[in-house]
Amino acid sequence: MYVYEHQAKEILSGYGVPCARGGVATSADAAEAKAREVDGKGCVVKAQILAGGRGRAGGVRTAGDPAAARGAAEALLGSRLATAQTGPDGQRVKSVYVEELVEPQRALYLGLLIDRSAGRVAVIATAEGGEDIEERVAADPTVLQRVLVDPDSGPEAAAVRGLAQELGLDGAAADAFVGLVESLYRAFVELDANLIEINPLAVMADGALLAVDVKVGFDDNALFRHPEIKALRDEDEIDPVETEAARYEVNYVKLDGDIGCVVSGAGLALATLDLIHAAGGKPADFMDVRPVASREQIATAFGLILRNPKVRAILVNMFGGGILRCDTMAEGIAAAAREVGLKVPLIVRAAGTNHDIAAKVLVSQGIPVAFETDMDAAARHAVAAAKRGSA
Amino acid sequence: MSVLIDRDTKVICQGITGAQATFHCEQAIAYGTKLVGGVTPGKGGRKHLYLPVFDSVAEALEATGADASAVFVPPRNAADAIIEAIDAGVRLIVCVTERIPTLDMVRVKRRLDESDSRLIGPNSPGIITPDQCKIGIMPGHIHFPGKVGIASRSATLKYEAVAQTTEARLGQSTCIGIGGDPVHGIGFVECLELFLADPKTEAVLLIGEIGGGDEEEAAAFIRAEKPKKPIAAYIAGAHAPPGRRMGHAGTFNVFGAGGVGEKIEALKSAGVAILDSPAAFGTTLRRLLAR
Repeated sequence: MYVYEHQAKEILSGYGVPCARGGVATSADAAEAKAREVDGKGCVVKAQILAGGRGRAGGVRTAGDPAAARGAAEALLGSRLATAQTGPDGQRVKSVYVEELVEPQRALYLGLLIDRSAGRVAVIATAEGGEDIEERVAADPTVLQRVLVDPDSGPEAAAVRGLAQELGLDGAAADAFVGLVESLYRAFVELDANLIEINPLAVMADGALLAVDVKVGFDDNALFRHPEIKALRDEDEIDPVETEAARYEVNYVKLDGDIGCVVSGAGLALATLDLIHAAGGKPADFMDVRPVASREQIATAFGLILRNPKVRAILVNMFGGGILRCDTMAEGIAAAAREVGLKVPLIVRAAGTNHDIAAKVLVSQGIPVAFETDMDAAARHAVAAAKRGSA
Repeated sequence: MSVLIDRDTKVICQGITGAQATFHCEQAIAYGTKLVGGVTPGKGGRKHLYLPVFDSVAEALEATGADASAVFVPPRNAADAIIEAIDAGVRLIVCVTERIPTLDMVRVKRRLDESDSRLIGPNSPGIITPDQCKIGIMPGHIHFPGKVGIASRSATLKYEAVAQTTEARLGQSTCIGIGGDPVHGIGFVECLELFLADPKTEAVLLIGEIGGGDEEEAAAFIRAEKPKKPIAAYIAGAHAPPGRRMGHAGTFNVFGAGGVGEKIEALKSAGVAILDSPAAFGTTLRRLLAR
């Protein structure tokens, strides 16, 4: 789960992380007032969305005075901002963050995340921050420094000081860096974060450090112990169909193709997307029916696909296991087909526990279905059926 | 021979009195697994499925001589259950639980590093040596004793591979589900070490997916070891739905956010046979073993 920049800054400020001064505004009036509060040589008006890459997409605007801040807020509020990280539709800008204009001596990149191979939290940094950080690290991975953290003892001061030195920090700035990493690590573990990123981290003339942009992500699996974080979730930003699917123990992600997919298990669901692409088609969704799903839950999930007007053919790919058997899946599919109506070709490939009963269930209930035993053939069949509109 | 478990492996179940655990323990007993007891704190002294229940793993081990544990504890207590098993000295811990907080697993990993225990999972279907011992949630009947060692990050793709290698009359030596979580117990490299040392295993199949660094590490291991047994791999997720992104860190693939293309390239250059489709598990392994 991600939170907005202004929420992330409020959270991290509570851990003693120095952030640039600013405030959130949902109207042009409020933005102008905030701009007066953060006096100085102007301010920056930043669109609040749950994705990065805002600067390059025109979502971060510099304003010389409060009137200009008002104009920037007017332009941003209510608009849709598409960045490299949002997808083509972008996200609606519902608030802006008005912040003092920071003029640093240098700008660094600093992040904390889970290093999967080591199974530990890693502190990562580069001597030069900015929005083009990905390209620079890809071109030369050695610019990225990292320190792994022992969960028993926290960040080792000597190692973090070494990191500060690699980044070219000394004196007050190095001291501030060591303190900052300690604060960030404390926030990371106490709040079950999976990402904290400060980019840029400003190094001021007096050696002080200032977080200018902040991104924080939390571990969804740990939200049960952080109700205060869970309450920050912006439900508007989640596709309502995906929310409904989640209620029925189904992982569902809408895609932009025309072949509806219903698959048992996440790995097989990923593989099914690959097979459809290999056969020259495009999937309309990623749907992973979890083994704990019941007949009713499957019916509801299948109904979501039947109601998607873009779907021109449906491919069911299932492997019956110890809990979710093929006949249970078939009954759920039949129930939804009867209730919602099946207007597109349905191709079913079933293997494993009770795959033969599944076929009987669908046929005996009069559901028009084409069976395949081989997954490759099933994917090709679905792609061809979507093109000509019949099985 | 087989890998990690066989007909003599004595297994306890942590969380045995739960509904899911009960179902899968019944299945395991029916399959022939030597299930010797269970642990549910506060329910020590009772019987469940005609087996003794203990308050702690240490007590269960002392009374039963078990050397493996199946963890079916809910996510919020699962990490502590695994750590309890490590502290009690369980040789093999298999964790089925999904959705354990990642930082809990960081804690578990730290304990594992300084112990002799091995962990399979979490979020794993488990491990099975056909016709001998099954620990986990996989359907037993699709397996057949034989010569392919299978290690997989995905459960259903593993079942596909099992069914196809059974159909192709190759069978399996042992199948290990390493689990799909970012921080987990044994990975492909440890599975490879075990399978390459096992005389019963004649070929190894790795089933990976997008993300993480297990496949790249396996490729480096294979390149260095130059094993004589044939190795095949399938990697799912070339067309995975793009995740919601925030910031840049997730794309720095030095931290193991590997794309499918990179993984396939790494494995191919190490001499691994790459499968184009999950429909080709049986045919590919038959071809490799016929050489």
